This record gives sequence, structure tokens and C-alpha cells, in this order.
Amino acid sequence: MAQVVLKDLNKMYDDVHAVKDVNLNILDKEFVVLVGPSGCGKSTTLRMIAGLEEITSGEIQIGNRVVNDLPPKDRDIAMVFQNYALYPHMTVYDNMAFGLKMRKFPKAEIQKRVQDAAEILGIQELLKRKPRQLSGGQRQRVAVGRAIVRHPQVFLFDEPLSNLDAKLRVQMRVELKRLHNRLETTAIYVTHDQVEAMTLGDRVVVMKDGWIQQVGEPLEVYGRPRNRFVAGFIGSPAMNFIETTVADGAGALWVECAGLRLRVPAERSARLAGKRRQAVVLGIRPEDLHPATGADPVDLTCEAVVDVVEPLGSDILLDVKVGNCVIVVRVDPSVRLRQHDKIRLAFTPERIHFFDAKTEESLQ
Amino acid sequence: MAKHPRSLVPTVGAAPPIEVALPRPRPAAPWRLTRFLESERLLAALLLAPAVVLLALFIAYPFVMGVWLALSDASVGSPGTFVGLRNFVKEWNDSIFQTAFQNTFFYTFWATIFKLTLGMWLALLLNRQFRGMRLVRASMLLPFIVPTVLSTFAWRWMVDPTFSVVNWLLYSIGLITNKLPFLSDGRWAMWCAIVVNTWRGMPFFAITLLAGLQTISPDLHEAASLDGANSWQRFWKVTWPLLKPVTIVVVVFSVIQTFADFQLIYVLTGGGPANSTHLLATYAYQIGVATGLLGEGAAISLFMFPVLFVVVWFQLRYLRRLEGA
Repeated sequence: MAQVVLKDLNKMYDDVHAVKDVNLNILDKEFVVLVGPSGCGKSTTLRMIAGLEEITSGEIQIGNRVVNDLPPKDRDIAMVFQNYALYPHMTVYDNMAFGLKMRKFPKAEIQKRVQDAAEILGIQELLKRKPRQLSGGQRQRVAVGRAIVRHPQVFLFDEPLSNLDAKLRVQMRVELKRLHNRLETTAIYVTHDQVEAMTLGDRVVVMKDGWIQQVGEPLEVYGRPRNRFVAGFIGSPAMNFIETTVADGAGALWVECAGLRLRVPAERSARLAGKRRQAVVLGIRPEDLHPATGADPVDLTCEAVVDVVEPLGSDILLDVKVGNCVIVVRVDPSVRLRQHDKIRLAFTPERIHFFDAKTEESLQ
Repeated sequence: MAKHPRSLVPTVGAAPPIEVALPRPRPAAPWRLTRFLESERLLAALLLAPAVVLLALFIAYPFVMGVWLALSDASVGSPGTFVGLRNFVKEWNDSIFQTAFQNTFFYTFWATIFKLTLGMWLALLLNRQFRGMRLVRASMLLPFIVPTVLSTFAWRWMVDPTFSVVNWLLYSIGLITNKLPFLSDGRWAMWCAIVVNTWRGMPFFAITLLAGLQTISPDLHEAASLDGANSWQRFWKVTWPLLKPVTIVVVVFSVIQTFADFQLIYVLTGGGPANSTHLLATYAYQIGVATGLLGEGAAISLFMFPVLFVVVWFQLRYLRRLEGA
């Protein structure tokens, strides 16, 4: 168990700057998830921590020890790969025992550790099988087992669930979380799936184009995204964005576009005061919109026409047209609406986000 | 397009009749060839026929003919009569045959060992990423592409007893004072043949093993290095076991070719000096064609058959066991 510190970490591949000035302090026993779209540098960062990629500049510390020049085997880490990377010619037992054998552990100790790990993961009956005789979920467990037998200081996970089907992925996600609670080992997990990031991480690190966009607890990143990218990437369905202009009127600030005119909530006025007659992007999550009732202030509502109805069971997603834009609204399954129905939508005022149209930074 | 036949279905009362489309009847006699080709058995026989004819003509007939000749006292100009195993017994007791027999094993064993070791080493080097990688990989095949006769001639000049450039080079830099007897001493000549065979065959090993190496996921090596394996352990515990099936196929192939090698020895030493570098193939040629004793020549060449059969059988069995494991 150890903390991991990344200082000004950079990675260049010829002309491509894959990881840019990454600074991150991962606490002991913490579960940190690096999340972002393909090519954002999350896997490269993880591989640099593992020692599988050379660092162009910067420093990596694992447990107060600078590991920049240490080979992977001396970093006291274990990694679970996306395609499991199980040795196909070895049995499950040998796969799990391999790292211990290489480190010359006594046979009895190896046996005990493999048995313990197999018990934790429920794979005792698979120990004599070869990887190709296992299902995807079982292989995943073996890959995790191979990592945990070593009792490393840090676990690294490189998109370990992406090869599983949707149902198994949810199940394994829960198991990984349970395992982390039990083992209490520092874990760094890479995924492009924001749901995995939100559900697993103590903290989430959102990356894009090699830069860290935001670091925070899942609900903090979800509720207070630092910029438009984070706001759009975290959350499913994604946040709605509407290009608007800030205007004055009736002693208040308003944002408006074709088919929409909303009064800016008082607590946001200060940040938007300097943006009069300028473009800002309004962001609102689908669940922060609802069919208006008498209790909703009229100046926080707008007219909309239903375009597509997507019943999900637990709720219904409506694609609605507001002026020239199409936005998504999540409503209660009891709401009965059909295509072309007109509705009035109300915005939850404290959940409205504004982003600078040029810099895309949050105007929170 | 033909119209579908329609019929009037009787209806109840005064309601108008309804038109219903009926299926179009199949043509009474479909085209004969179509019917013939639709039969899987006949089609399979048809597709296999060219291969069977070629095999029968160029493999089965010469083989059966060879067996017949080996059991006869045929010679050039004489069809010969059946003599049983006399040719085999005679050759077995012939000292030159015994030398050729041993040479064939010696030559095959060492050439295969060298080709495998150096081919593996080269494949591992070429499996790394470097500038000009494709060019180097392609040019590596050159010794394999050049006709054996041509390249062996070049080698013969290089190790010629009188004009050897190698001797000249070693002499010039002061490593030797007397010429080395590359082709004038039996043992030296055999090792020269092994070197040339290795030079020629190694690229095939390397390129095939390289293809095998590229099917091994780099993740496995990364996992092994995280597991604490050093580069030798990664090779021995991960790469080698995964490369075994490809290796066995290449080795079987090479053993067959090396055991039955003819051109290289024929051009480099001609079996000499004093018959000391004959292999079964060159000796069979010498007796069967040069001397004209077709029966004895065929018997010598047939000595290769059981040996190769056993080698191939064992190796294929091992391969099947690996695949099943």
C-alpha cells in the first residue's frame, strides 16, 4: 500500500505529445479512475506508472520512492490488462503463481496465496484449467487473481472490463469495488466508460488530448464540471448544450436564443454580468428538466415539441425541439407523451450551467 | 419476367371471386450440369481430381517405380529382374554407403541445430521495432531466394583450395600462416557444407519464426515483466512455449529438406574429397545415374524413406499433443 505521485509527467512519441504536464497525487488506499475518450493519454499515463513506457520528462513516485528508472518488476505493482494477458500455455494455477515463482517464493507460500486469491474470487474449481477453457468473466477473475496474489503496493487496471458483455461488466464492476474495499490497496483504473469511472472511483480524473481536465470525487465532477468537455463527457445521456446570448431586461439578466428566453438565476448573475450581448453556452442535464407545473416560475420554462420518445422502463427519454435545437429530457415513466405533442419544460435553476463560448470554461 | 399463375378461389354467395397467387411450378428437368454440381460428393471428387492426378503422376508413380527398381538389378540399358533385398544388403555393407549414411545424419543434425538457433536469434532481433525494419526483413530472405546452385558456386570459390578469398583474408590479417584445407580435408569440407546450408536455410527459419513471434501478444511479455521475469525467463517461459508449434513445423520441414539435400553437396564438394562428404542423395545419384546401376541407386535413396517417415511421425504426433493440451 502506497501513495502514487505524478509530477509534471510528459510523454512524447516523435511529434505527438501524448501526455502533457500531468500532476496527480493518489493517496494510499485510494481508488482513482482515469477516464477520457480514446487517445486522451490515460492508458499511456498508466503504462508509464507501470514502467512499460519510458517517461519523456517528469517524475513518478510510488510509496515515496522515485521509480522513473526502475524496471516494471521492481516497482511492486500489479496490472490487469484489457485482454487479460493470461499465459495461454499455463493452467490458471500456474498463471497466478508465475509472478511468485519468478520472485522465488517458497512453494508452500505460493500455494497458500493462490488458494486464498482463488477463494476470494470464487475460482477454486478452475485452477487446473487452461485460459482458453474459461469464459470471459472467468478469465477476468483469473487476471485479477494473478494481480492480487502478489500483494503489490499498487494495482493498475487498464480497461479490464471492456471485453465483457454489458451484464457481466456490471457484475464485475461491483466485484472489483468489493475487492478494493476488502484489500484496501491503492488502485489506478483506466476506462473510457464514464459509468465505470463514476461507480468505481473514490476520485475521477478526466483527461482529454493528454491534459487533465478535472480531478474530483465522482459527484463533484458530475455536479460541478470545470468545463464543457467534462460536462459533456460525464453523464449519460450527455448534458444538453444550447448556444445563447446574454441580454438585459426587467432588472435581470436573461439568456436567449430562438425559441428560448430564460432568466439567469440571481446567484449566477454576477459571473454573467460581464458577458452582456456575448455568447454563452447553457448546459442542462436531461434529468434537470421536467414538464412544467404551476409551481415553476414561467421565466424558467420554455415551449418544446416532442420529436422522439424512448421508454427505458425506469424512465423515459424525450428528444424535444426547442427552437432550432434538439435536447434530451429525462421524465418519469408515468408521463404519457407522443411524437409532435407540445409541452412546456421547466429548468431546475440551481442545476443550470453556463460555459464561456470561446474558452468553454465553466462560468460557475 | 414471367407472370405468376393466378386462380380464382370459389367464394360464398354473391361476393366477387378473389385472385390468389400460386407458387410457380419448378421446371420439369433442371439443367444436368447444375444438378451434377449440386451433389457434394461429385463436386468434391471433381475438385480433388486435378490434385490426385498430379500426385499420382509425380509422387506415387516415381515412388512405386523407385521401390521396384530398388528390388531389381536394373541398370542403364537393362530393365532388370527381381532380386529381392539384395541391393539393400549390398549397400548396407558398403563402406562408402556407411559414410554417406552417417554423414546424412551428421549434416542434418548440425545444420538444423544451427539454423534453428541462429534463425531464432535473428527472428527475435527482427521482431523489434527499428528504422528500415521492412527492408531488412525482406532482404534477409535473399540467401533463400538465390538458386542454391548459384550461391553454392559462390561459396565454392570463397573456400576454394587454391583461390580461397577467406584464406587470403585470414592470411592478410595475420591469423593464419598456412592455408586452411576448407574443401581438401573431409572433416573441413563437411563443416563447410553445414555452414553453407545454415547460411542458406537460416532465413527461412527466421522469417517463419518471426511470423510466429508476431502472433504472440506483446501484453504477455509486459505481463511477464511485471511478474518479475527477466528477458531470458520471458523467452524461456513465455515466448518459447508459444512458439513451439511453429518451430516444430519448421524443423520438420527443414529436416526433410536437409536429409534429402543434393544440390549443395553436389556443387560444393561433389561428395569428395575421397567420397568423404557424400550424403545419401548424392551417393544415390553417383551409383544410380553416374555409374548407371539404377537398382542400387534406388535402394540407396530408399534408405531415406523410413528415417524421414519416423521423424515426421514423431514430430507431428508431438505437435498434435501440443495442440490438444
